[in-house]
Amino acid sequence: MRALITLYCSPQTRTGLIILTLVLAIALCAPLLAPDNPYGVNPGARLLPPMGTAPLSDAPGAASERHLLGTDSVGRDTLSRLIYGGRLSLTVGFLAVLLSAMFGTLVGALSGYFGGWLESASGWLIDVQLSFPFLLLAIFLLGALGGGTLAVVLVLALGTWVNYARIVRAQVLSIRNHGYVEAARASGASAARILFLHVLPNTLAPICVVASFSMAQAILTEASLSFLGIGLDPSTPSWGTMLNDGRDYLLSAWWIATMPGIAIGITVLGVTLFGDGLRELLDPRGLR
Amino acid sequence: MLRFTLGRLARTLGVLLGVSFLTFMVGHASGDPVLLIVRGDATVQQKADLRHSLGLDRPVLAQYITYLSHAARGDLGISYRQRVSVSSLIAQRVPNSLELSCTAFAAAISLGFALGVLAALNRGRLADHAIAGFCVIGQVVPGFWLGLMLVLLFAVHWPLLPVSGYGDVAHLILPAITLALPTLGRMARLVRAGMLEVLSSDFIRTARAKGLPERQVLLHHATKNALLPLITQAGLELGDMVGSAFIIESVFAWPGIGRLTVNAVQQRDFLVVQGCVLVIAVGFVVINLLVDLLYAAIDPRVRAHA
Repeated sequence: MRALITLYCSPQTRTGLIILTLVLAIALCAPLLAPDNPYGVNPGARLLPPMGTAPLSDAPGAASERHLLGTDSVGRDTLSRLIYGGRLSLTVGFLAVLLSAMFGTLVGALSGYFGGWLESASGWLIDVQLSFPFLLLAIFLLGALGGGTLAVVLVLALGTWVNYARIVRAQVLSIRNHGYVEAARASGASAARILFLHVLPNTLAPICVVASFSMAQAILTEASLSFLGIGLDPSTPSWGTMLNDGRDYLLSAWWIATMPGIAIGITVLGVTLFGDGLRELLDPRGLR
Repeated sequence: MLRFTLGRLARTLGVLLGVSFLTFMVGHASGDPVLLIVRGDATVQQKADLRHSLGLDRPVLAQYITYLSHAARGDLGISYRQRVSVSSLIAQRVPNSLELSCTAFAAAISLGFALGVLAALNRGRLADHAIAGFCVIGQVVPGFWLGLMLVLLFAVHWPLLPVSGYGDVAHLILPAITLALPTLGRMARLVRAGMLEVLSSDFIRTARAKGLPERQVLLHHATKNALLPLITQAGLELGDMVGSAFIIESVFAWPGIGRLTVNAVQQRDFLVVQGCVLVIAVGFVVINLLVDLLYAAIDPRVRAHA
C-alpha cells in the first residue's frame, strides 16, 4: 500500500497509472461498453466514416445506427472492435511479460548465484540471442511456428527474457556476498531457500522496471507482427490485426488504420510513463 | 588493446557459431522444402529421390556443416520458389537497405544529438517540454503506423511526396523519416541526460570559472564528454533500426532485404528467410564488435575492465 502511495505522488507515475487503469477498465468491461458486436458484419454499413449512420436492416423505415468511429470494409463497428481488441492485445502482452519474467529471472538468478559453466552457457546464449534484432527473430520464429495467439505469446516471451536474465544476474552478484546472505548460508539454509527467500525479493524492483518496458515492447511488437499478417489470427479483433485491415483502405478509409494506432499510443504511453517514473524513483540518477 | 581485441574476436566467433546453428535449426524446422518443389501428383518414390539428391536425408548435423561451409564461401543455397541463388537475391537488395538505413541513421543521430543538447540547455523551459513531447511520440506508437500517418498527410492529403516505391530522393524521404523517428527520440533523451550530468560536473565549473566563453565550454568540454556513452547506444540503435526496417520497407514497398525476408516468410521460402536472417545477424554481430573495439580504443577504462 505504501508503495502505491509513493507511486501516486510522482506526477509521472500517477499519469501512467491513471491511463493504465482506464485502459484496463475499458478492456475488462468490453461487453458493457462496446456499442456493437465486434464481429457483426453489416454489408449496408461498409466503410462508413466516423459519425456515419447506416440503417440496421434493408427494410424500409428501419432504425438507423450511428458509428462513432466509423466502420471497416465489411461494416464492423470500429469502436467496438477497438474496445475488444484491447482485450486481446493486453492479454497477449501480459502473458508474454509474465512468461519471460519467470524464465529470465530463473536463468539470471541461477547463473548469478552458482556461476561456473551455468554462467558461461547462459552468457553465450544471451550473446547469441542479442545478435538478432528482436523483430527479425520474431518474424523468423513465427515463420517456423506458424501464427496464432500461443505462438505470438511464446515468441514475444522468447524475445525479452534476456533483459530480466541480465539485470537479475547483476543484482544477484551484488547481493550474493552481503552479510545477511552469508548469515543465512552459515545457519545452514539451502541454496533454494537463500535464493527465493533472501535474494530474489531484493531484485523485485528492477524486475518491475524491466517488466513495464517489456510490456510496451510486447504490445508494439504484437501490433507489428499482426500488421504483417504473420501474428494473431486475422479474423480476431486485436489492435495489430485492425491495422492490417486498415492498410488496404488507407487511401479511401483513413480511420480504420488510424484508430488502433491511437489506442496503442495511449496504452504504451501509460506503460512508458509508469516505467520511467518507477525507474526514476528507484534510481534517482535517472539514467539507464 | 591487442589482448582485448583477441578476446573479443574469440567471443564473437563463438557467437557466430551459435547464430548460424540457431538459424539453420529454425529454418530446418520450418517445413519440408520438398513439398514446395514437387507437383501435387508426385509419387512417394519421386519425393524420396528428390530428398536424396538435395541431401535432405542426411543427419541434421551433417547438413548443418555443409550449409556452414557453403555459407562461409558465400553460397546460401537456391531459393525453392524463385529458382535463383539466395546470395544473389540478397546481394541485389542489400544496397537499397543500406541506402535507407544509413540515411535514417545519420538523420536520427545528428538530429537527436542537436535536440538533446537544445533540451538540456533549456532545461524546464518550453523548448525542453516540446522536445520531450516530440520524442515520446516515436516511442509509444508502432513505427510503421507513423509511416502510414505520414503517407496520409504528405502523400494523400497534401500530395507532395510519393506514397511508396523506390526511385529518386523524394521516395527516400518518408521511409527515412519513419525509420529515424523512434531512434531520434531515444538519442535525444540520452543526450539530454548525459549533457545535464556533464554540465553539473566539476570540470565544466572549472572551465567556466577560468573565464572560457560559454560557446567553447559547451562545444569543447561538454558535448565531447556527453558523446561517449552514446557510442554503445548507437550500436544498439542500428540493430533496432535494421529490425524495424523490415516493416517500414514492407509499408513503403522499398526493395530492401527486409521486404525480401517478409515476403519469403509469407511464401514459406525457407532458404531465403534463413539466408536473410543469417546475413543480418552476422552483420549485426560485426557492428557490435566494431562498436566494442571503438569504445575500447576511445575509453581506456573499458580495456582495463575486460
